[in-house]
Amino acid sequence: MANANMEKAPILSARDVEIQFSLRGKKLKAIRKCSLDLYQGETLAIVGESGSGKSVFTKSFLGMLDANGSIVGGSIQYDGKDLATYKTEKDWMTIRGKKISMVMQDPMTSLNPLKKIGRQIEESIELNQGIKGPEAKAKALDMLRKVGIPDAERRYNQYPHEFSGGMRQRVVIAIAVACHPEILICDEPTTALDVTIQAQILDLIRSLQKELNMTVVYITHDLGVVANVADRVAVMYAGQIVEYGMVEEIFYDAWHPYTWALLSALPQLGVKGEALPTIDGTPPNLFNEVKGDAFAPRNKRALAIDFVEEPPFFEVSPTHKAKTWYLDPRAPKIEQPDSIRRLREKMKLKERG
Amino acid sequence: MAEKEKLIEIKDLQITFGSGKKKFVAVDHVNFDIYKGETFSLVGESGSGKTTIGRAITRINPVSAGEILYRGKRISGKISKDLDREVVKTCQMIFQDPMASLNERAKVDYIISEGLINFHMYKDEEDRKRKVAEALREVGLLPEFASRFPHEFSGGQRQRIGIARALIMEPEFVVADEPISALDVSIRAQVLNLLNNLKKSRGLTYLFIAHDLSVVRFISDRIAVIHKGRIVELAEAEELFLHPLHPYTKALLSAVPIPDPELEKNKKLLVYDPSIHDYSVDGPVWEEILPGHFVYGNQKELDGYRKEIEESR
Repeated sequence: MANANMEKAPILSARDVEIQFSLRGKKLKAIRKCSLDLYQGETLAIVGESGSGKSVFTKSFLGMLDANGSIVGGSIQYDGKDLATYKTEKDWMTIRGKKISMVMQDPMTSLNPLKKIGRQIEESIELNQGIKGPEAKAKALDMLRKVGIPDAERRYNQYPHEFSGGMRQRVVIAIAVACHPEILICDEPTTALDVTIQAQILDLIRSLQKELNMTVVYITHDLGVVANVADRVAVMYAGQIVEYGMVEEIFYDAWHPYTWALLSALPQLGVKGEALPTIDGTPPNLFNEVKGDAFAPRNKRALAIDFVEEPPFFEVSPTHKAKTWYLDPRAPKIEQPDSIRRLREKMKLKERG
Repeated sequence: MAEKEKLIEIKDLQITFGSGKKKFVAVDHVNFDIYKGETFSLVGESGSGKTTIGRAITRINPVSAGEILYRGKRISGKISKDLDREVVKTCQMIFQDPMASLNERAKVDYIISEGLINFHMYKDEEDRKRKVAEALREVGLLPEFASRFPHEFSGGQRQRIGIARALIMEPEFVVADEPISALDVSIRAQVLNLLNNLKKSRGLTYLFIAHDLSVVRFISDRIAVIHKGRIVELAEAEELFLHPLHPYTKALLSAVPIPDPELEKNKKLLVYDPSIHDYSVDGPVWEEILPGHFVYGNQKELDGYRKEIEESR
């Protein structure tokens, strides 16, 4: 299925996007020339640590950057238009909610505590579809049922505080998909939830995706969630995508040292009594110009060139590219770390017990 | 297994909130022991009462029935002032959210030494400063950080400050309430390593409270699974993962995300339905079904579990 996608033209195509924030008179380059293609019907997961820019990057697709941030370079092609040139709220209202929609991380803060649940869903329908009154209400009720909220008529008239965390997240999802968007961006949709509820929410998003034929982008730092939902994975570090590929390629045949580090720091792979491998140091300060490979200072096996010149993307397979000098034919032969090569066998062993 | 020293004993613990019509039983009939030097984990969904138990041990929440023993002495309910001070000092807590658990208006220096000041655990100003610097170094921070405010630190660093604050009291027992759930993947590993190293170097005993079973397996010696205020299963970590018996434990295990696309996409999700238990005639008991492996159920269920064990052997 995914391979068939590759032949199609992407529905959204971001090219060399640069996003800047001005903070206390200084310029912070949050996104540094980031490119990404989204294909119809696929599920893409963006992973990376906090501050890597994964939220900022996707927020720029629907004009939700904070007031001090702006797109200063590159283009975001969608539906024949360049979203990077959109400036006014009026422009964005043609996209946001209708075409591209977002589910936020924390269901406790993303709902209005003073408004009834039903009204909040209705609002989105009225605003974006121009339906009013009983018709909108019927649609809102329908939406509530669709996201698996039992007893929708009664729940319609309740306030957010009467809902549990999992149920609130369902409501947030209902609001986001009420207008059948083409692209749904889920920003850490399950981080604030319990494991059992997390599994249910992921199932819900998956079934909605199938029903409404949406493209879903997950932003997460939980690789377990990624393994569950994603067709493709993009790894972000310091405002750039450093590696992307099909989910199997990232988990079993990763090439960027940062992806290696992320994978081997998983507690699930830890051996009891031994220390977990960690990533030392901190991500680079993006107020300063980053020279060479941004991950090099934290990489114990960095090459000399990593500190001088920024690596381009090298192709591992037609669907898998990594931005590291390790893949340059001139580079000394570098083997993937044992922990990555053993990842697969280890997980299989664990599963069998 | 050799007889180990029991540090904490919890007997028929019940904790209720409110009174009269609004009375709510948060924790009921909870029994377990924590041995010296082990990491004991409490796992359950939110609202299951796991944090309440942790808070009861550190004397934050009052107990309504049953008792908690610390080194053989009762520490629940009304106790002498001296014992109270000892418990407050030797049982420390690490909180979940490092963004909310530090006083925003106090410098790190004060945050870490607050316990010292309350208990007069230092000779003079110089001694206090030395102790703070030592605690900071022990958790992998620089002594210079003492003069800064919490907002100047990242989540992982803040959690380290929270750990330093607990350590400076030289505790014997630490309740770690979801210490890593609010942290990033890469930082999680660092904090887990830190907790493990401190356990070795200081001989600490942990009560680790979590909802993420994958982390718990790596860090704990024994695990108790709690559901709606009742412990439904308790076993050694590996035993629990390999031979879960109670349906709730199975459901919880099936929900753990595995970082492997092939396994993860083929896994079957089990849903726990509490109505499968019929306790109307045959009352449930807390039974040691195998040495060290406890499970909660009535006679009929226990027979079923025994059969399951036979078959898997």
